[in-house]
Amino acid sequence: MSENFEPKIVAIFCYWCTSQAAELAGTSRMTYPPNVRIVKTMCTGRVDPQFILWAFRNGADGVIVSGCHPPNDCHYEDGNFKWFRKYVLLSRTLEQAGIDPKRLRQEWISASEADKLKKVLTEFTEEIRQLGPLNHTIREGGV
Amino acid sequence: MGKPKVGFYWFASCGGCEESQVDIAEKIVDVINAVDIAIWPVALDFKDSDLERMEDGEMVACFLNGAITNSEHRRIAELFRRKSKYVIAYGACSYMGGIPGLEVSKDKKSLIERVYIKGDIVVNPEKKVPVTEYTEDGIKIDIPEIYERPYSLDEVIDVDFYVPGCPPTPNVFLDAVNTLLSGKIPEKGYVFGSRKSLCNECPLNKTKPEKVLVKEFKRPHEVILDPEKCYLAQGVICLGPVTRGGCDALCIKGGMPCTGCFGPLDGIKDYGAKAISYIASILDSKDLDEIRRTLEKIPDPLGTFYRYSLPGSLMYRKRIGDEK
Amino acid sequence: METRIGVYICHCGTNIAGKVNVDEVREYASHLKNVVVARNYMFMCSEPGQEMIIKDIKEYGLNRIVVAACTETLHGHTFREVAKKGGLNPYLVQMVSIREFDSWVTEDKVEATEKAKSLIRAGVYRVNYHTPVETTTYPVDSNVLIVGAGIAGITAALVLADAGKHVYLVERQGFIGGNMAKFDKTFPTLDCASCILTPKMSAVKNNPNITLFTYSEVEKIDGFVGNFDVTIRKKPRYVREDLCIGCLSCIENCVYKEPRFMSEFDEGIGKRKPVYVSFPQAIPLVPVIDPETCIQFRTGKCVQTCLKGCPTKAIDFSMKEEIVKVKVGAVIAATGFKVFDATRDTKYGFGRYPNIYTTIQMERMLNSAGPTGGEIRLQDGSIPKEVAIINCVGSRNENFNAYCSRVCCMIGLKHAHMLRDSIGANVTIFYTDIRANGKGYEEFYRKVMLEGVNFVRGEVASIIPSENNRLTIVFEDTLLSRVRKKDVDMVILNVGLEPHDDWEDVRKVLNLTCTKEGWLMEKHPKLAPVTSLSDGRFIAGAAQFPKDIPDTVAQAEAAAAEAMSLIDRGFVESEPNVIRIDEERCSGCRMCISVCPFSAITYNEEKNIAEVNTGLCKGCGACAAVCPSKAISQNNFTDEELYAEIMGVLRE
Repeated sequence: MSENFEPKIVAIFCYWCTSQAAELAGTSRMTYPPNVRIVKTMCTGRVDPQFILWAFRNGADGVIVSGCHPPNDCHYEDGNFKWFRKYVLLSRTLEQAGIDPKRLRQEWISASEADKLKKVLTEFTEEIRQLGPLNHTIREGGV
Repeated sequence: MGKPKVGFYWFASCGGCEESQVDIAEKIVDVINAVDIAIWPVALDFKDSDLERMEDGEMVACFLNGAITNSEHRRIAELFRRKSKYVIAYGACSYMGGIPGLEVSKDKKSLIERVYIKGDIVVNPEKKVPVTEYTEDGIKIDIPEIYERPYSLDEVIDVDFYVPGCPPTPNVFLDAVNTLLSGKIPEKGYVFGSRKSLCNECPLNKTKPEKVLVKEFKRPHEVILDPEKCYLAQGVICLGPVTRGGCDALCIKGGMPCTGCFGPLDGIKDYGAKAISYIASILDSKDLDEIRRTLEKIPDPLGTFYRYSLPGSLMYRKRIGDEK
Repeated sequence: METRIGVYICHCGTNIAGKVNVDEVREYASHLKNVVVARNYMFMCSEPGQEMIIKDIKEYGLNRIVVAACTETLHGHTFREVAKKGGLNPYLVQMVSIREFDSWVTEDKVEATEKAKSLIRAGVYRVNYHTPVETTTYPVDSNVLIVGAGIAGITAALVLADAGKHVYLVERQGFIGGNMAKFDKTFPTLDCASCILTPKMSAVKNNPNITLFTYSEVEKIDGFVGNFDVTIRKKPRYVREDLCIGCLSCIENCVYKEPRFMSEFDEGIGKRKPVYVSFPQAIPLVPVIDPETCIQFRTGKCVQTCLKGCPTKAIDFSMKEEIVKVKVGAVIAATGFKVFDATRDTKYGFGRYPNIYTTIQMERMLNSAGPTGGEIRLQDGSIPKEVAIINCVGSRNENFNAYCSRVCCMIGLKHAHMLRDSIGANVTIFYTDIRANGKGYEEFYRKVMLEGVNFVRGEVASIIPSENNRLTIVFEDTLLSRVRKKDVDMVILNVGLEPHDDWEDVRKVLNLTCTKEGWLMEKHPKLAPVTSLSDGRFIAGAAQFPKDIPDTVAQAEAAAAEAMSLIDRGFVESEPNVIRIDEERCSGCRMCISVCPFSAITYNEEKNIAEVNTGLCKGCGACAAVCPSKAISQNNFTDEELYAEIMGVLRE
């Protein structure tokens, strides 16, 4: 692993809770690693497992999805649960495929938890840095 | 001008695809009348040299089945690409990697070890494994190199059309042949079969409740399936919703849920991920622990949701040609 | 049609430009595919900034706009309007946050610049796939639901009712007035709370535009902004409001001759009968029968003297819960607060030792209509000579509530003044800091100091009983850095304010967002303090955060104005992020119907396809994530837009 490895991290946040926390982190001038790039959806229920694989495929070393706290915070009743179900099954599948499931992180961060957001993003970036790059071409020798 | 020339070939394949081609029964006579089969090593004694001798573009179309797993496959595939105007990936293995493609999740070394040394019925005390060169009695033989991973056909050569299925059903094969003979050539990348999912043609679709919510997923052998009722609604993983139709729901009619051999519908980037998306979403639970417990009971998710599509999936696909 | 993108990078003064090299970023953006023009400007949201975009749309034939500035939440609407003025569909704009998501959260300038490039790249990739989104408009119902009838709810109701809007005012207690009805006097003017509140309460009762639901709770709010369907559950009070004339003879005639049960309204220091009103001027003046303490309910064998004494036979033991449904266009949440439970901080000995009261109990004791008739007495009946008021109980304390409850300092000063005034007691205030930052507050503080109240800047360590029923306060005098003791007759704990215990349920029913403590969240702390994140739902009063009466009233009036602005505009735009179903692709598998939380999708059996009712769709996109036929796309969040954005943030 390179000493200078800077992981690329895609953060998919729901509009109502975690994006708001990210805005609050901004207005509160909390810093976190610039490796994290935020993509917003209205709800984590919108997150299609294809997005996660697409992110890995395009060079993400880690993906974090965060939405509203269960059981009641979701603006759309239970979108957070829908995402969680997809996450559980996808994680298992990633592991089987040899992609460390730690590279896909799932969190609940409410609109007021900017401090948690900072902590989680900093921690996750560090964790991915330790894991090293997700070299997708690793088993593509031959042809 | 003579009849259009076509070719058939198999790579890493089980032979089911060839079976499916002759399964069109007496209609094969029409096919033979319409085209000149220039190469078909499974049925008749053709040599590689027959293929090499052909002019570039001499064949109108070739139907290639099986996954690409060694250097020989690749060499032949590239030859077919040169000699044929249209290349059709025939069957799930050629189209998406198929069953041999599942090997992509293991590395070559452990696979060779498993097959040649540690296999339950293998006796190989000298631990001999495949080599690429072998000399005996002064004669040197070149042996194809097994690749690090299997590939779907379009990861290796340019493919024009796809005929899905494991194997393709006779009807979808006939549809492909007739379409090409009719001269109405579809746009590149076209996948034969239906434009809609299996549910659309499934005889059990009308028995589906308005909301399909499942408390627990079961395997087909764990339940007595009511053959008159949507299998998914009975809690059995059926990949009908995410799988291209056109197979006439043969498995469903035979009492088995869909396992997805016709692959995804147009525009879906990753079959398995989409399958995970809807299967997980219809789980009827709002308890994080229960969700974990229930979903952990689904055995082998990679094999279940990517049974036919692993090498071509976003997780492994080599070529990234999908973006703008 | 050729895609022609304009990229606009805002400096936001130095907020962005201080971290991000905006010239470098503009240069980078100008070379991205399909970008025709890229500009940076000091304040893109200003008039000249907006004009610049409009001019470019015409001059360069732009058909897509990327604005790299603050956030969609803050200025998305502004720039959509700009596009509209330039003749573009407003949804052909993509906001990229390089302030909140970049310059404000990144330390290093080079990194911030690189991040800005990648975010803008993602925005440019994404905007390529934007398609015009047409929204429809719906009429707005002119009725308003107000939840909570404390001073906030009452004020908002009166403002709206005076403007001719019909208000449904729902109060969970049996009587309106909330916490303010319990107070004796208000700081710093010392006018009596009931004198200023009760006229407003009667105005509520008498206003034909206000329908009052007391002893009722909002069960459910369906529908969407402008068109809410509200379900209200009326709990049975066992006295019929249509018959009761408010003579209170039922209370007089109750088989209990004396009040025996703890009065909630009197905060535990007074007693009531099973049939009661909160106080004699209560609105509505219709008693409530508490089935927990009423003999008729407990044994079924009461002689029912209350009913016998009732001239209109309004007592009805068979009353049942009632469900009422109303339609409203806007909702105002004014659900108020509760005070900190002082037993939680055990060092104060509250609930264990006598003569320790909370500030709100003291309000009841000081109130001439309260349980003691306004007499300040120790439990042995004597008048306290030495009183301690301890501030910041449950507030500014990491173990309980880290925040400052804002009103307590002033309450403490008020009580000190009143205790000196009425019984001549020697009062000591134990404070952390005195916060007297309101109109006339500092002057009041000074006045109280000059009256001879003692101030000790100190942290109380414990309160223990001492001789002669007195209490010893052990505290650290933080100005002298010394541990000291003081004996007093009475202690008043200046308790902080907290959200109600069931704030999560309330939040869910009203579909609002809360802070981690449970205070209602405003859309923007400065620019939208009474607007919630959910359209058509406004917030007022201490449910948002502790505030005093003037602030509460101001906020309630603001919430009423917001509601009125919505109603008088007369229409709302439909949710833009709704989904579309492509009939050609839909396979009729119904996975979308299975995941839709709003029953917005139905199955057309004849055509074997799913159909969406965009009026019901709230735009979560769960179905789009699930649709295995790729027949469903969510406006502004299509697969292609999201794939492009993800690819954009990752590419070099």
